[in-house]
Amino acid sequence: MTFFFEVLIGGLLSGVLYALVALGFVLIFKASGVFNFAQGAMVFFAALTFVGFTEVLPGWTGLAPGSGAVFWLAFALALSSMIVLGIATEKVVLRPLVNQPPITLFMATIGLTFFVEGVAQGIWGTSVRGLDLGIDDEPVMFLMDNFNMLVSKFDVIAAAIALVLFVTLAILFQYTKVGRALRAVADDHQAALSVGIPLKHIWAIVWGVAGFVALIAGLIWGARNGVQFALTFTALKALPVLILGGFTSVPGAIIGGLIIGASEKLAEVYLGPYVGGGIEGWFPYILAMLFLLVRPEGLFGEKHIDRV
Amino acid sequence: MQFSKTLMLGATVAGLLTTGFAVAQEQYIGLPSYRVGAYAAGGTALYGGWIDYMQMLNQRDGGVGGVKLTWEECETEYNNARGVECYERMKNRGPTGNTVFQPLSTGITYSVLDRVAVDKIPLVTMGYGRTDAADGRVFPWVFPLITTYWSQNTAKIKFIGQQEGGMDKLKGKKIVNLYHDSAYGNETIPVLNAQAERYGFTIVHIPVAHPGNEQQSQWLRIRQERPDWVILRGWGVMNPTAIRTAARTGFPREKIVGVWWSGSEEDVIPAGDAAKGYIAAGFNVAGKNFPVVQEIEKHVYAKNLGNMEDKSRVGSVLYNRGVVHGIITVEAIRKAQEKYGTGKSLTPEQVRWGFENLDIDEARLAELGAEGFLPPLKTSCENHEGSGMVKFQQWDGTRWNVITDWIEADQELVRPMIEASAAAYAAEKGITPRDCSKEM
Repeated sequence: MTFFFEVLIGGLLSGVLYALVALGFVLIFKASGVFNFAQGAMVFFAALTFVGFTEVLPGWTGLAPGSGAVFWLAFALALSSMIVLGIATEKVVLRPLVNQPPITLFMATIGLTFFVEGVAQGIWGTSVRGLDLGIDDEPVMFLMDNFNMLVSKFDVIAAAIALVLFVTLAILFQYTKVGRALRAVADDHQAALSVGIPLKHIWAIVWGVAGFVALIAGLIWGARNGVQFALTFTALKALPVLILGGFTSVPGAIIGGLIIGASEKLAEVYLGPYVGGGIEGWFPYILAMLFLLVRPEGLFGEKHIDRV
Repeated sequence: MQFSKTLMLGATVAGLLTTGFAVAQEQYIGLPSYRVGAYAAGGTALYGGWIDYMQMLNQRDGGVGGVKLTWEECETEYNNARGVECYERMKNRGPTGNTVFQPLSTGITYSVLDRVAVDKIPLVTMGYGRTDAADGRVFPWVFPLITTYWSQNTAKIKFIGQQEGGMDKLKGKKIVNLYHDSAYGNETIPVLNAQAERYGFTIVHIPVAHPGNEQQSQWLRIRQERPDWVILRGWGVMNPTAIRTAARTGFPREKIVGVWWSGSEEDVIPAGDAAKGYIAAGFNVAGKNFPVVQEIEKHVYAKNLGNMEDKSRVGSVLYNRGVVHGIITVEAIRKAQEKYGTGKSLTPEQVRWGFENLDIDEARLAELGAEGFLPPLKTSCENHEGSGMVKFQQWDGTRWNVITDWIEADQELVRPMIEASAAAYAAEKGITPRDCSKEM
């Protein structure tokens, strides 16, 4: 039974990290109705930019490599880069395509993916980098000593950071003027424009916030697996989460992430041996597909009814 | 006036062509590289080392046997379709066509396998591709040189046996084979099963779905299995993830032995301190303490002609593997020149003969400044592998340290498997194997 809970808790913690990537998709989809195919590339760009700055800043400023000052300065510069990227995307890619069909916007984000990946490697090079956030990746000793249960301290802290981010964004959406404007834009672009909500500013803010979320996701995933091109693959983990939780719901992303994380790990351990193993990659998609048959809009997604 | 201008121009062009033809023989090598995209980190180092070696020979010796080496890159992005496109684009370039095709991708290798026999271009797959292509009777145009995955796995088991105090000590041990769930990952399962039966150890195969950036469940299972050793047959992000997750579950890194595609700096640096003690096989070693690398620094980087943007990667595992590609390619050209004549461009078919008659012994390695850098190599009509030896390196947190001498493969086990597989391929494709006794 201990092993079962070990797998379950590990899965739930991984699920929170999937939800973190899914959150970037949700933010942009909510505000603009665009499925941002480039979210994985943004995670890669953010992490690589952060690590790149930590490498060059000591030479530029004379600060000690690995110091807290270098970390926070690199964080600020990487965040600024993500905001600039977000605003530039809104101005150059999305604004000229206002009122175009969703598929056009989606195709534009595919193009954006290749651009962002290329720019990231063009600026910072193709080398694979390590990233140390100062969080030990070791078992939580209390659980190990008392229950012989292995739960990663890194995953617990990363999940806690992600949850703080979720709560902050939920408060932002629910209780601030910008949040209300975001929700209005999400409901109906034209109606929001007609009551004086500046659509382009809102889109720029949303892309900026999505860039911030990408940076946090990039740092956590980069610290787990290294800062390398494979960070773009984290988007693959977020897709079933979105299908399950709904494309427009922040709580949906969290719940979807937890379900996907736990179920894929349990399936790999208990079902995998009977079907040859290695099912972690496709099992979440099967689960999401089955879920679609029952609830096409996802757990918390908005039910879309067309008048005919 | 117009006529005299034309005449003068014609004479000039003719003169240039004549003198050019007399002094500038070249050997063209098309490089299907990947410098952007998911696998750019490996591609830039590997092709960088290869190009630097050829550049060094051009600068120091004026090429090979008076023939200048020329090359051209074609970006494949590790994509099969683009790889085939590059193959087709480059096959007729240069004065005699593309000397050799080396795509550094198993997928591209399979995509052009039938084409190379038709176009008569040698296909060299060092450390990847079809293992059974080592049987040159069935695959005359394909050269999985130095060592194959099967050979390497037998060397790994020998290494583990050495660590345990002898092959007889393997009896009753448990080894987990953690593999990338793909054709590449699956390839060594039969040979590991055969070895488990022979030596009496238990082998447990645990697959990891691509890309392998989540391995919590696999390592929890490994924790339950309590193996004595783990063989890591990873690729890309799967490698650092495996090492980090192993550390998290408390599995000793010095009991993990990786394949050569899990044994570069790119595989361990992202894992940070967790990678200390991790061991990997390699058919080349890392480091700059080899005359061949020092010659590159002297004749190429000192003149600012180096291919590597990040010079700190010179001497890394993958960079040095690129140098090995350069050495073997050039040695094949040199060998073919001995037969077909120096000072002229050779056809790919002539260079194929060079690949099939390589004899790079310790003395030749010393002359090349590559003693201990790669194993001695001797190919033949039957044997397109040529060596089968690997060394084992251990990561100390900052660099790879060689911890063994060359360990030979168990050819007694591997060769019959290769021949059986090649024979099955020949039967399926209707190929009549060459009679090597008639080949000279």
